[in-house]
This record gives sequence, structure tokens and C-alpha cells, in this order.
Amino acid sequence: MSRNAKINALLLLVVAALAVLPLALGMGDHKKEPFAGADAEAETAITEIEPDYEPWFSPLYEPPSGEIESALFALQAALGAGVLAYYFGLRRGRRQGELRVLAQREAGEGPAAGAPGGAAESAAGPRPTERA
Amino acid sequence: MHIAEGFLPPAHAVAWGVASAPFVVHGVRSLTREVREHPESTLLIGASGAFTFVLSALKLPSVTGSCSHPTGTGLGAILFRPPIMAVLGTITLLFQALLLAHGGLTTLGANVFSMAIVGPWAGYAVYRLLRRFDVPLMVAVFFAAFVADLSTYCVTSVQLALAFPDPSSGFLGALGKFGSIFAVTQLPLAVSEGLLTVLVMRLLVQSSKGELTRLGVFLAKKQSRTETADATEAVAR
Repeated sequence: MSRNAKINALLLLVVAALAVLPLALGMGDHKKEPFAGADAEAETAITEIEPDYEPWFSPLYEPPSGEIESALFALQAALGAGVLAYYFGLRRGRRQGELRVLAQREAGEGPAAGAPGGAAESAAGPRPTERA
Repeated sequence: MHIAEGFLPPAHAVAWGVASAPFVVHGVRSLTREVREHPESTLLIGASGAFTFVLSALKLPSVTGSCSHPTGTGLGAILFRPPIMAVLGTITLLFQALLLAHGGLTTLGANVFSMAIVGPWAGYAVYRLLRRFDVPLMVAVFFAAFVADLSTYCVTSVQLALAFPDPSSGFLGALGKFGSIFAVTQLPLAVSEGLLTVLVMRLLVQSSKGELTRLGVFLAKKQSRTETADATEAVAR
């Protein structure tokens, strides 16, 4: 594992630890509803401050169940992760392609400069570019 | 940080909408200009939006015993400046308001203001400031993302406290209440967001050096170096 990959893995590990520790240490145990959403808690706080407050508008569409809601959340994350993966995959592929072309050019030009025994290489070199 | 549909009084909802609209309109203009002048940016803009999509769907447990999610707006703000991030953040919030009943149309203005405007600007300001003082890129990226995340939730707390001041302790009392729900919960999550943004920036440095140079991510450091050199010269004189 390269140094770069190690640092990246370490970063992910710390993020995972930050997420798991509150669960593992039971930091939600003092609550009636452990690990509820902060957004929902804010709604409760609003009704505590103003018991008469009535939301004056309701969502146009509401997922009919928790399952559908989590499916849509997963969809959101998957869309994002997909685009990110596409981006990095494309970049990596392009870079590899560029490197390959560079290597071919070097392999193609080197023997042309007069190196003996490079004839076979130079013959093999330009061919992929012709195909492209 | 999503204020639920209908949970802001109409006057507040309209006011935040009016406050946010010019930023988003300006953002749409910046975005179309960027895409027209640099079509090669489109892909990375998409990736920045995708990062926000992933992170704002990621609900994580926190030390307060409740769950919240990062915002992912620091990255795009650093790469493409906050106006473009205003658009990307608004798209994410619209998606959640329309499909997930998370946030809402009446509270969209307030949510856009906290997540898509204040967050990116605060993060970007921290980033530029740290870079000016020659702080290493990844350290600046971490704090930019951290501040973008945390400031978003602070703004949400202020918005709710303004709309629902405590009957006895007033605005400040309510701010304490909403702040303890949002801001404290958000602290470890903001650290996570900072680390994840650093991770993505590291991958970008490895894969898209040319793009980052064009966007001034590397250039900023050289500039600030000459600036500090000028400053020390000026002091010496």
C-alpha cells in the first residue's frame, strides 16, 4: 500500500470512528428516542416554545413509509456516489491513456533515432495509433 | 439543518426567500458563464454537486445522541467559488424538499440561505484567509469544509430563534435551545466533513492537477507567498 493510499484509508477510518463511537458508547441512551434526527428535534422544540404553532403548509409529496423514504435517501446518495465515481474513473482512464500514448511515442521515436535492434519495437509502436 | 415544510411563519419564509433569490440568480449566471467559457469544468462541477448529494444524504450519529448530516458545500465553494455552490446546494435542497419531504418549499429560502449561501461563503472566506497566511492546502481545505458545515447549522439555529423566540428568555434563550440541538450535534460531523473533503481534494490533486491549477487551487499559494514577501519587504523598509 502506497503512502498516499495509507493516508486516504486513515482519513476514512477516522470518519468511520467518529460515526461509530457515539453508538458504541451509548451516547443516545439518555434519550427517549435515541439518535433521532436533529431536524425532528427542532420541530419538537418549536412546539415546546409555541404550543399553538400549526405548520401552515404540508409537503406536496411525502414518502408513504419509512422504507420508501430510506430508498429515496439511498437513491440520492447513490446518484452522488455514481457521478463522483464516474468522474474519478474517467480521470484515471484518461491519464493512463495519455501515459500509454507517451510511452508509445517514446518507443516509436527512440529506434527511429538510429538505435540498432529497435526495428521490431518501432514497427510495433505506431500501430495502435494507426488503429485509433 | 432542514427547517421542515410550513415550520417558518409566512413572513419569515418570504423574507428568507427574498434574501436568497439574488444569490441563486447570480449563481445561475456564474454557472452558465463558467460552463460556456470552460466546458471542461462541467464534469468537475457535476462532481462537486455530487459530493453535496452524497454528504447531505449521509445521516450520522453524533455525541448528543441524535443524528444529523454534513452539507458537502465546502468543496465546491473552494473549487468554483460560492455563487456556483449556491446553485448546486439549491438543487440538492429542492430534490430533498420535493422527493423526501425533507425541508420544504416554503422553507426553501431559509434552507438555501444557510446551506447554499452562508455555508459556502464562510468556508470560502476561511479558505482564502488561511491560504493567504501560507497554511498548507489540505489544512485550509479541512477548516473551510469544517466552517462551511458548522456555520450552516448556526444560521439555521438563528433562523429558528428569530421565528420562535422563547416566551421567557427571548431570542437568546431560543438560540441556546436550537443551538444545542443543531450546533453541538454538528461539531463531530463537521470534523467528518472536513476529513472527507480533504480526502476528495487529495484524490483531485492526484487525478486532476491541470484542472486544479486552472481553478487557482495551487496558484493561490504562490501568490500569497509573493504577497507575504512584499509585506515583509515593506515592513523592513
